[in-house]
Amino acid sequence: MNKPLNKMAVQATINGESKAFLCSPGQVLAEVLRDELELIGTKIGCNTGDCGACSVLVDDRLVCSCLVLAAEVEGKSVLTVEGVANGGELHPVQQKLLEHGGLQCGICTPGVVIAAKALLEHNPYPTEEQARYWLAGNLCRCTGYDKIIRAVLDAAKTMRGGAA
Amino acid sequence: MNAYQEFKIIGSRPIRPDGLDKVTGRARYGADLNMQGQLYGHVVRSPHAHAVIQSIDCSKALAMEGVLAVMTGDDLVKPGNEMLGSGEGAMALKDLVPMVMSQGKVLFHSQAVAAVAATSPELAAEASEAVEVAYEVLPVVTDLHKALAADAPILHDDRFPDGYPDEPTNLATHISLTVGDPDAAFEKADVVIEQTYSVPMCHQGYIEPHACVARADAAGRVDLWCCTQGHFAVRHYTSAVTGIDAGKIKVTASEIGGGFGGKTTVYLEPLAVVLAQKSGRPVKMVMDRGDVFRATGPAPGAETKVKLGATCDGKLVAADVECLMDSGAYNGNPAGIPAFMATACYKLKDARSTGRSVYTNKPKIHAYRAPSIPQVTLGVELAITELAAELGIDPIEFRLMNAVEEGDANMMGASYKRIGLRECLEVARNHGHYKSAVAEGAGRGVAMGYWINAGMQSSATLNVIADGHVSILTGSPDIGGSRASMALMASEVLGIPFEHIHPQVAATDSVGHTDVTGGSRTTLATGQAVIQAAEQCVAEMCRRAAAEWEVEPGLVSWSQGAAHYGDQSLTFEDLAGRAGAMGGPLTFSTSLTSTSTAPGFGVHICDAEVDKETGRTTITRYTAIQDAGKAIHPDYVEGQMQGGAVQGIGWALNEEYLYSDEGALENPGFLDYRIPVASDLPFINAVIVEVPNPLHPFGVKGVGEVPIVPPMPAIAEAVYQSTGVRFRDLPLNPPKILAALANS
Amino acid sequence: MAVQEFVSPTSLSEAQQAVGDGTASSWLAGGTDLLVGIRLGARDPARVIDLKQIPELTAIQVDETAVRIGAAASAFDVLHNSDVPSQFPGLAEALNLIGSTQITGRCSAGGNLCNASPAADSIPALIANGAKCRILGPDGERTLAVEDFVVGPNQNALASSELLIELILPRPTPGTSDAYLRLTPRTEMDIAVAGAGVSITMDESGECTAARIAIGAVAPTALLVEAAAEALMGSQLDQTAIDAAVAAVRAAARPICDKRGTAEYRIHVVGVLASRALANARARIKKAHS
Ligand code: FES
Ligand code: FES
Repeated sequence: MNKPLNKMAVQATINGESKAFLCSPGQVLAEVLRDELELIGTKIGCNTGDCGACSVLVDDRLVCSCLVLAAEVEGKSVLTVEGVANGGELHPVQQKLLEHGGLQCGICTPGVVIAAKALLEHNPYPTEEQARYWLAGNLCRCTGYDKIIRAVLDAAKTMRGGAA
Repeated sequence: MNAYQEFKIIGSRPIRPDGLDKVTGRARYGADLNMQGQLYGHVVRSPHAHAVIQSIDCSKALAMEGVLAVMTGDDLVKPGNEMLGSGEGAMALKDLVPMVMSQGKVLFHSQAVAAVAATSPELAAEASEAVEVAYEVLPVVTDLHKALAADAPILHDDRFPDGYPDEPTNLATHISLTVGDPDAAFEKADVVIEQTYSVPMCHQGYIEPHACVARADAAGRVDLWCCTQGHFAVRHYTSAVTGIDAGKIKVTASEIGGGFGGKTTVYLEPLAVVLAQKSGRPVKMVMDRGDVFRATGPAPGAETKVKLGATCDGKLVAADVECLMDSGAYNGNPAGIPAFMATACYKLKDARSTGRSVYTNKPKIHAYRAPSIPQVTLGVELAITELAAELGIDPIEFRLMNAVEEGDANMMGASYKRIGLRECLEVARNHGHYKSAVAEGAGRGVAMGYWINAGMQSSATLNVIADGHVSILTGSPDIGGSRASMALMASEVLGIPFEHIHPQVAATDSVGHTDVTGGSRTTLATGQAVIQAAEQCVAEMCRRAAAEWEVEPGLVSWSQGAAHYGDQSLTFEDLAGRAGAMGGPLTFSTSLTSTSTAPGFGVHICDAEVDKETGRTTITRYTAIQDAGKAIHPDYVEGQMQGGAVQGIGWALNEEYLYSDEGALENPGFLDYRIPVASDLPFINAVIVEVPNPLHPFGVKGVGEVPIVPPMPAIAEAVYQSTGVRFRDLPLNPPKILAALANS
Repeated sequence: MAVQEFVSPTSLSEAQQAVGDGTASSWLAGGTDLLVGIRLGARDPARVIDLKQIPELTAIQVDETAVRIGAAASAFDVLHNSDVPSQFPGLAEALNLIGSTQITGRCSAGGNLCNASPAADSIPALIANGAKCRILGPDGERTLAVEDFVVGPNQNALASSELLIELILPRPTPGTSDAYLRLTPRTEMDIAVAGAGVSITMDESGECTAARIAIGAVAPTALLVEAAAEALMGSQLDQTAIDAAVAAVRAAARPICDKRGTAEYRIHVVGVLASRALANARARIKKAHS
């Protein structure tokens, strides 16, 4: 009944560090990040791609890590919320979320940080509407999104060097 | 009057102390702790919504390699008529145990019937499929009216509500209250509105699924980590459900990823504890998202009949509100609250209210933000607006003419102290949003809302550290920034910097009893405990300074973080650093039952536009106005208002539990249970009104719950204004609106 | 059962070998349907074959006559291709709607098509544009129109060892544009209650010289509504012609009532969407003409 688990060895760059880990062939990245690599900042709200709490970047592409097989990241680079701050220095998105009170319970926050960072790298001048659509896959039940969107637009401004 | 007239730091917006961990991913939530050697628990759930369990055979599962424990409802206590908790958390043990695991009978789909613990989550899932359960399937009833019909399948043949001594019925509770003589008063009314309104069952929709880890030792002690709104409640309930002495259970509250009332009970926790005891290993359990929707929390669907009468001069003279609410499979008494509070916003000398709760084959309902009040307020506020229109009076004006104020009594017989409803209405009337023209094709709705706000028990411990910093321990899980509020209040009293204060949520063995973070009570009641502890600290520091200066303690004053007498002063840091020599460690603990609570009121203005060809509604502008008494940290007050408003918007437009005829939930996921997403919404303009609570040292009133109350009627009215069709049956999803437009 | 094996072929021939031995296998492109299916128990492959290391399958190529979209190319890559969105703005609209930014980053038009959900957004847009499927099997290649590729709810025309290689869209002739619209209760993160994709060609005089109209979520598969196209041909896309096309669309729809909408509603709305999509496509042509 208890089949031997055929584990795969995967090598990837996780938050800038080269890492090797074992995973089963059907295991999703979110699970491996949390359980094998102890990167619990990546949250699981649904496991079906519907909440965005598990958002990470794979080779700079914003994805739901619950909808990526861990085996798929072989040779790729993964960024989780733990890798967003530069040492002690917060990313502007993180800083602005704090300043605007853009989190209440904070369970959606890691996903929002990752998704907003991806947005601002992709589009330094997002309009409110663009920010709202880009972040539509990041469910937040606490804030009504108001302060999240304000924080993201403010972070965009900071990253542009304070220009309007 | 309040002791503190002017604030130095209260009302400012510092960065919350727990913020850094939350934006960097370090904060630990329910599923983020692993214990060494842990097993994984998996729940076997019923595929039927109504059935007798004939047998459960766990032997095959237990025989699997790597499966270390199995359990069924027989491993939990057999409840009698014990009552648990008090206030908002009160419930009967027999209504709690089966929500954890059924015993003999299954009353809703996905009810837990057994659980297994194994060495991996996959194995546990596989093992749970090997548990063999034989069911005798019974007919299912999910509709309120069908449940009350004579031929309905009866869920509980051993329960009889007051007044129904022997006929079996699905009526769970029935309450009726009357003040004055409403029938006579209706006779005097010039205009009467009588309509029926309905709201569907919905879910709190927190993003974090329930999760816990439990460990039990040979001495019978239990260590439990979980995401909860109240770890003292978890201790109490887990003890009651498992029979383990509460004193042997330690509960640590993790960070919590949303609750909104839904995490004020236990589901997995007692199971993890029993499995840990049986296996001798720690057991971790995380609920699947589908099961969160299928087997936890829902807020009751309701049907409310509202009859209101007014005279031509704009005076509301009579009200009769009848509310029928879905209790789910066990008694959550949802209709008890609206019976008392349905008309709490209005001056009424003659009123009647009736509440009936009904059993159906759905999970037992649980608290959701201002429990049961949004449902009934939909009807009352829409009827008020209709009445105002009939009378030709502006809807805000009409409300101002009838709104309760200090000294008015409500259905509970209590009279209001200093409340801020009129102030909110005046702000609404003068607000740019209300004064602006409504865009072509759009409509505007206004509604108000009330919540009683809880007080209950809280504790705090304040420890002064030698370097002049302070640690504060409370028993209130922080859902929305309460640690920031605690630090602000302590900073205000002590006069030391906010950054020097380190608030923590302490485990059940490290701080005095504290009731759940719920009922909009934490900043008020736990805050009050923190204020008192800080005041004791100041008094003791003054006493010590007086001793040093050899003067009467009463002559020493405290300001700006220092004790003063004449031109002498000793700073907080001085006194902290020399504590050992001046009388010992400075530690202050307070515990209280707060009696300083004050009800909350809010007024919302909503503009909505309906696409008349598709029936789709867009919220184009939204303003929420609310009396906060005193906003300790305005960001988190606004956050409550915005978040609550958006939950109300979701409920008004798209959120709805859909059941199949067999009683299975058809939309148990975030794809088809449609909570609002960022692109659905405009900014939610939050306007804080401050009418200080005279009973609270800082004037605080609870703010968390009121904001979900006004949205449904405000939106329904805006939709009416946009389309010319009145909607009294929610949600206002596109097919429903279009069908009504086609018929009009 | 759980997934026992993950393989990542780097060429089409390796892919064919990987699927050849009879093990229950699933192709993995973006995984946004497959992995949800596995999670919810609807799919149970023993082997998952990742297609994204095969260069042909992720390529997007534009030549004189056609645009070729590799079956595993992500929607995000298509949307950020320098040619595709400008040539097929309606297809871009559809791909953009498939899900959140996170989903768009992974999902592919090919996968959306193979999954063959009646409500898939990309399928009506592909049909409207006359897209063809290039299919590789053990016995060689074949080509199938998209409308023939989807054969039932979540059923496609692929044999178990066949592989969709690419989607071929003929380049639009001058005066042609497309548009896609759907109705969902939310603005995003939702499944179409109804969808309509159109592609029309208008000459300088404003006469409609070619049209294709496809509708989604109103039948077991997306439908090409030829009668609607006929109603438009030769017209100036005047109200009478559009009304006739809308009537044809509604007549073709045969939806079910389910948790996402009633049949009646879907029939009505698919007509509204078709009419609005036509207006959008026409506006695009006008803009290009001017
Ligand atoms: S956990 Fe991945 S999207 Fe919800
Ligand atoms: S802050 Fe709680 S879900 Fe976003």
